[in-house]
Amino acid sequence: MEEVSPVKIMLKHLFNFIIFPGFLFTAVVGLAASWIDRKVTARVQWRVGPPWYQPFIDLVKLSIKEITVPKGASKPVFFMAPFIGLSAVILSSTFLWLANLELGASGFTGDLIVILYLLTIPSIMLILGASASGNPLAAVGASREIKLLLAYELPFVFALVVPIIKSNGLLKLQDLIAFQAANGAFASNISGFLAMIVAIFCMQAKLGLVPFDMAEAETEIMAGVYIEYSGILLAILKLTKIMAMVALPLFLSTVFWGGFSIWKYVVLLVIIILMRNTNPRVRIDQALRFFWKKMTFVAIIAVLLAMIGM
Amino acid sequence: MSTNKIIPIGPYHPLQEEPEFFRLHVDGETVVDIDIEIGYNHRMIEKIAESKSYDQVTFLVERICGICSTSHPFAYTNAIDDLLGVTPPERALYIRTIVGELERIHSHLLWLGLAGHFLGYNTVWMWAWRYREPVLDIFERITGNRNHYAMFKPGGVRRDFYEEDFPWIKKTLKSLIPKFDMFKGAVLDDPIIRARTEGIGILTRQDVHDYSVVGPTARASGVGIDVRKDDPYAAYDKVEWKVITHEGGGVFAKAVVRILELYESTNIILQCLDNMPKGDIDLNIKDMPAGEGIGRHEAPRGEVFHYIMSDGGNSPAWHKVRAPSFMNIASNKKAVIGGTISDATIILAAVDPCYCCTERTAVVDYKTGKKLMDGQDLVRLSQEKTEKLRSKLKS
Repeated sequence: MEEVSPVKIMLKHLFNFIIFPGFLFTAVVGLAASWIDRKVTARVQWRVGPPWYQPFIDLVKLSIKEITVPKGASKPVFFMAPFIGLSAVILSSTFLWLANLELGASGFTGDLIVILYLLTIPSIMLILGASASGNPLAAVGASREIKLLLAYELPFVFALVVPIIKSNGLLKLQDLIAFQAANGAFASNISGFLAMIVAIFCMQAKLGLVPFDMAEAETEIMAGVYIEYSGILLAILKLTKIMAMVALPLFLSTVFWGGFSIWKYVVLLVIIILMRNTNPRVRIDQALRFFWKKMTFVAIIAVLLAMIGM
Repeated sequence: MSTNKIIPIGPYHPLQEEPEFFRLHVDGETVVDIDIEIGYNHRMIEKIAESKSYDQVTFLVERICGICSTSHPFAYTNAIDDLLGVTPPERALYIRTIVGELERIHSHLLWLGLAGHFLGYNTVWMWAWRYREPVLDIFERITGNRNHYAMFKPGGVRRDFYEEDFPWIKKTLKSLIPKFDMFKGAVLDDPIIRARTEGIGILTRQDVHDYSVVGPTARASGVGIDVRKDDPYAAYDKVEWKVITHEGGGVFAKAVVRILELYESTNIILQCLDNMPKGDIDLNIKDMPAGEGIGRHEAPRGEVFHYIMSDGGNSPAWHKVRAPSFMNIASNKKAVIGGTISDATIILAAVDPCYCCTERTAVVDYKTGKKLMDGQDLVRLSQEKTEKLRSKLKS
C-alpha cells in the first residue's frame, strides 16, 4: 500500500473544509440560492428583484460596518456564537458534499447522527448569542427559537428513523446513498414519502423562514434574535443561514431521495420559496401545536409503516 | 412571581410608519398591560387654521393625513355648508361622493396590504398595493393628483368631471372586482390567516359603546354606525347601498368588514357615475357670516368631525377636528391585553390607526400625573417666546 504523508492528508482535509466542497463552495452555492429566492419572491410580488450579485455585496457591506456591542452584554458568548454556528454549518455541509460527490471513501458509521446534531448548533448558538445581548426583544426572540427548536426536533428525528429502518440500520450517509441506488429512493415508498414531507416542514422551521420566522418577526419584535448584532457578526449569521439553505436540502435529498442532483435541489428550493410566499407567519403556540400534534403524528405513522415494510 | 418585561413598540418601529409608542408589559409572551403614548407628531393644525382663509383651510386639513386626504376636506366643507346653511349643487354632491368612496377603496386596500405585512405575509402586501394602483390612476385622471386631490371647496368642488372619462373609470373599477374576490377568498378561506386573526382582539358591543369606537372597528363588532346612513349628506341618500357589519368583533371581522366595504364603495361609485346630473359644480361663496357649523364624514377609519366657528371674518375663529383614530386607538387597551405579542401587533394595526390625525398635546408631571399645561398655556408660552425674541431683535 502506498504511503501517504500525514501532512498531505492534513492539507487535503483543510482544502476540503475551507475551499471545496466546504466553506467557499457552499457559500457560493448558498449565495446563488438566496439570490434565486429573492428574485422569485420579488417576481411573485410584482417587484423587479435584485441583481445576481446582491446577496454577495450585502455581505461585503455588512462586514465593513462597525460592530456595536450593547452595554451589559456577555461579550465572549456574544462574539463566539456566530462563529461556532458558522463552523457547524461548514462541517455538516462538507460531510454532506463529500458523501454525495463520492470524493474517495469519506464519512464514518454514524455520521448521519453527527450531522443531525451539527444542524441544530446554529439555532442553539443563535439562542445563546441573542440571550447574551441582554435585549428584551432578543430575549423574546430567543425564547421563541427555543420553543421552535423543541417543536421541530422531535418530528425531525422520527422522520430520520424511517430511512434507517428501511435500510436495516444503516447510519452512514454513503451507505444510505448506495442502498437507495440499489433499491430505489426511500421517498418512493409511502413511509419515506410521509417522512420527507415532515422533514420538509422541519427544514422550513430550521431555516427560520415564513411561516416559521417568529424568532425574528420583523414587524413584531424587530428581528428578535438578530436585533443587537451588527457588522461582520451579522454578516456571519446571515451567511450561516444562507449556507444552511444549501446544507438542509442536501441532507434531505441524501437521506430520502437517493443523493444530490441539481434538479432535486431546485425542487426543494422552489418548495421553500413557495411556502414562504404563500403563508403568513404563525404564532409560536400554533407552530408548537402543528409540529407536536400533526407532524409528530404523521412521522410516527411513517415509522410504523416502515416497520411493516411499506 | 411574575417578572414583567416591557416590550416597546415605538417611537420608531417597523410595525408602523408613523411615530407612536406602545409600551407592552409582558409576562413571557402574554401581554398583561399596555401604555399608549401618542403625541410625537403634533403639528398645530387647528391653530394654523385660524390664520388661513376659508379656502386655504381646505388644503390645510387635506394635509392632516396623507391616506384619508379627502375625509378632512369633506368634513370641513360639510361644516362650512352647515354654517352657511346652503346645499351645494347636486352635481358637486355626486362628485364629492365619488371622490370619498374612491378614497375608501384605496385606503382599505392599503390597510389590507399592511395587515398582510404585519402577519409576515408579504405577498398579500405587494398584491394589495398593486391593485390599489388603478384606483390612484383614476384619481390622477379625474383630479390631476394621485394623493391630495384638492377637489373640495366650500360650497362645491373645484373641478368638473368629463363625461368621456366615465367609460374608462367604470371599466377600471369593474376590473377590480375580480381582484376583490381574490382577496375575499384569500382571507376567508386561508386556514392560517383565519388561525392568526380569528378570536383575537375581540371588542364586544359593550366595549364599542364604552370606548365610543367608530367606523369599521365598531361595525366589526356588530354596531352598525355609519354617518353616511345615520345622517346622510352628499349623495349618499340618493344611491342604494348597505352598511356592512360583522358580529365577530376580532381582527378577522375587521378584515371582512373592510373587504366587503370595497364592494359597496364600488357599487356607490358606479351608481353615482350613472345618475350624475348635469349643472353647476360650485356656489361661488363670497361672504362668510358669523356663526358656527359642524360637519361629519364617514372616513375609511370612521367618523371624522369638524367644527367651525366664524366671527364673520376671513378665517375661522375656531376650528376643531376630531379624527376617528383618536376614538379607536384607546380601544387597544381593551383588545390587546390577554393576547400574545404576536397578536398585539396585528390588533394594534387592525383599527387602521392614523396617528398624525390624532395628535393632541398636554404637559403632565410624570410622577404625579398632574396636568401642568394645557393648550391655552402652550399658546401663552409661545407668545411669550415670540415677545422675547422680538425685544431681543429690537435691542
